[in-house]
Amino acid sequence: MTSDSVPIHLQSVGKTFADGTRALEPLQLDIAAGETLVLLGPSGCGKTTLLRIIAGLETPDAGGRVLFGDTDVSALPIERRNVGMVFQSYALFPNMNVAENIGYGLRVRSVDLTNREKKINELLALVQLEGYGERRIDQLSGGQRQRVALARALAVRPRALLLDEPLTALDAKLREQLRADIDRLLRSLSITSVYVTHDQSEAMALGDRVAVMESGRIAQIGTPREIYFRPRTAFVADFIGTMNRMRLAPGAAESLFRPEDTRVVAAGEAQFSGTIVSVFFLGDHTRLMVDCGSSQLLTVETTDRREFRQGEPLHLAVAREALLLL
Amino acid sequence: MRRGARFWLQLGFTVFVCLFLVVPVVMSVLAGVTENFFIGAKSGLTLRWIGEVWSLYANTVYLSIGIAVACLAVTLLLGVPAAYALARTQNRWARAFEELLVLPVAVPGLATALALILMYGQLRGFRASWTFILVGHVLFTLPFMVRSVLAVIDLQTLEDAAASLGASFRQRFFQVILPNAKPGILAGSLMVVTLSMGEFNITWMLHTPLTQTLPVGLADSYASMRLEIGSAYTIVFFFMIVPLLVALQFISDRVGQNK
Amino acid sequence: MAPAWLLAPAAAVFTAFWLLPIARLTTVGAGGPDGIAAYAAVVTNPAYFGSLVSTVLLSAGVTVATLVISGVAGMFLSRNKFPGRGLLTAMLTFPLAFPGVVVGFMVILLAGRQGLIGDITQWVFDERLVFAYSMAGLFVGYLYFSIPRVILTIMAAAEKLDPKLEEAARSLGASPWRVIVDVLVPGLKPALISAGAICFATSMGAFGTAFTLATRINVLPITIYTEFTNYANFATAASLSIVLGVLTWLVLNLARTFAGSTVAAAA
Repeated sequence: MTSDSVPIHLQSVGKTFADGTRALEPLQLDIAAGETLVLLGPSGCGKTTLLRIIAGLETPDAGGRVLFGDTDVSALPIERRNVGMVFQSYALFPNMNVAENIGYGLRVRSVDLTNREKKINELLALVQLEGYGERRIDQLSGGQRQRVALARALAVRPRALLLDEPLTALDAKLREQLRADIDRLLRSLSITSVYVTHDQSEAMALGDRVAVMESGRIAQIGTPREIYFRPRTAFVADFIGTMNRMRLAPGAAESLFRPEDTRVVAAGEAQFSGTIVSVFFLGDHTRLMVDCGSSQLLTVETTDRREFRQGEPLHLAVAREALLLL
Repeated sequence: MRRGARFWLQLGFTVFVCLFLVVPVVMSVLAGVTENFFIGAKSGLTLRWIGEVWSLYANTVYLSIGIAVACLAVTLLLGVPAAYALARTQNRWARAFEELLVLPVAVPGLATALALILMYGQLRGFRASWTFILVGHVLFTLPFMVRSVLAVIDLQTLEDAAASLGASFRQRFFQVILPNAKPGILAGSLMVVTLSMGEFNITWMLHTPLTQTLPVGLADSYASMRLEIGSAYTIVFFFMIVPLLVALQFISDRVGQNK
Repeated sequence: MAPAWLLAPAAAVFTAFWLLPIARLTTVGAGGPDGIAAYAAVVTNPAYFGSLVSTVLLSAGVTVATLVISGVAGMFLSRNKFPGRGLLTAMLTFPLAFPGVVVGFMVILLAGRQGLIGDITQWVFDERLVFAYSMAGLFVGYLYFSIPRVILTIMAAAEKLDPKLEEAARSLGASPWRVIVDVLVPGLKPALISAGAICFATSMGAFGTAFTLATRINVLPITIYTEFTNYANFATAASLSIVLGVLTWLVLNLARTFAGSTVAAAA
């Protein structure tokens, strides 16, 4: 099943709400056709607002433009943009069953019944819900509802798929399972997708590129590897994974390095030392919180199978390449 | 589980309050079917009082039903779209309008009725027609319809979803919003009909001898007819209002459950 | 934002049939021989002032009595499960939809010339007690329609109380009485205030009950009615009813500031 994906281009798109809140500073964004872009950030950073502007549920401030391919859609309301949208609460219509929900977009486009049914069955198969057509929405589990929401959004062959934290309402195990399903689906359909989440592991797993947002701005945009290994601002560095900060030499600037790059060494090779404050044995690795005299405790992740104990002294070193520069 | 003295005391108190409320109702029902209230049940049971009530006041029953139905139709047409608009519009004009709508309920019916008479009393045709009473009823019941529908009609996300699939406003309103607002609309409808059937304060001022509703007739019968007739008439009123109350309670529970 | 035309029909009807007429009523109220002073008549004229005072005292008394009675009964019903509870609750809330006239009739059946209470006192004391056609009768009547409403509000609020608060109090050693005073009543305060305000406002504006019992009872709605129908005193009727309306609206608004939701009266 192919789609008619378009590249999306945002120009000087900002948003100030009626009550004065500045949700987005004017920004520029280019999304390639077929790419999955993840908007990642804490609540209030503007990621959902940005998604809604792309969808057509909000209009950008004057001067902002949204283009789908070569067409300027800034003035088009969502009904005419032909996007597929998946909401955090799924927004399935309680007064319709599964098949009617999936077929709603087609019904609105006056597709005749036979073709509609054909399409509905195709989609039920795609999301692995064959035979569920007659079920009522309240009979479905959270994971099933989410798949119906996806199927419904895809039924109309949208130019872009917009997902607003679709997995947030699910429990951890289900989330991981569905994340894999969504990933497979997005790749096979090669549809331009914009995915909003506050969960960084989800972002890294699903995105071709990730845009980390903070206070209405894009702090950094890049592939997951770029974001993780080469964060450009302190905010991005802190937001993705855990980051240690410490002055490695007196009078020097603070260095940033990841817990997994902090190696436990013998006393003679140590760059710096500290006392173990907490030990968390996590099975495949151990996480240690260490007091090295700086304002924050250091987080150390090691696969060393030694049994560590609270109060023990610990000697640590960090490879030069592992130090992050901002 | 041992029940202490406090329990029994409270139970006794509650039962007493219950009796206070229920005993006159029972008395009234009995009086309406007894030959002679003064003598009591010994005088025998009869339906003649109800028969007399019907011959005297049947038109009031019809008028009350008619006005209640008309009131329902008008409040649905005015109130459902208004509730939707109020749910969607978040500015202070909307809030102010909501406040205003409640005023005919907050303010004594007498004032509303006086105002209507002073302003429109000159229009002979309107003044003497049942529509004059209808206006009073609509003013009084509209806020209840709006409030009831407002409680269920904030379906922003569903609407966004329908819009994202290409549905126009009309399609969204009739295919997604209204069907999902049904419980609130139903509860509001029952409320409107019940209130209209029992409305007196406004109606008394607005009525004419030719446009008498059931409560107006009741007042007349209490003042000028014997107790048995007043009681029989009250039975007729209970007969109409109790099913509505039961249905209202049932629907309200359902709406409460679905939240 | 929804299309504005959705509000227009309701707004038009409301303006034409309530806003404008009430505005006109206000000017008529000031159009009598006393002019705008007519609005102060409710305090300056001794007869009207007396009427106002009786109405306020009556309403206040009814409110306090109702809150206490409904409080005890409502809390009892919502906290105890026993066979017959549903029946008691239904019986207590069933008079909810009775118009004032029917309530008046109920009072006559209880305390009128052929009333039940008269029968009982006749049997016990050899003298018929008849009080339906006085303030006492009105008081009983107002109790009759107030109790069901307030009980419902209290029961609904009691459902929402978090039982863990009481458990915490008890774990700290509070006696049942202390739990009521320190946890339950404060928890119910918004509901009590709003229910009390509705009760007060409804009693202030109630007409049907007083009308049925006797048009001689001196409460403000009856006074207004008498001025209008018997004396054709439009200006006074208008000004008094506006004052009454403003009073009830104020009470409900004040209550809302404390209770935090829309509050409206009806009887």
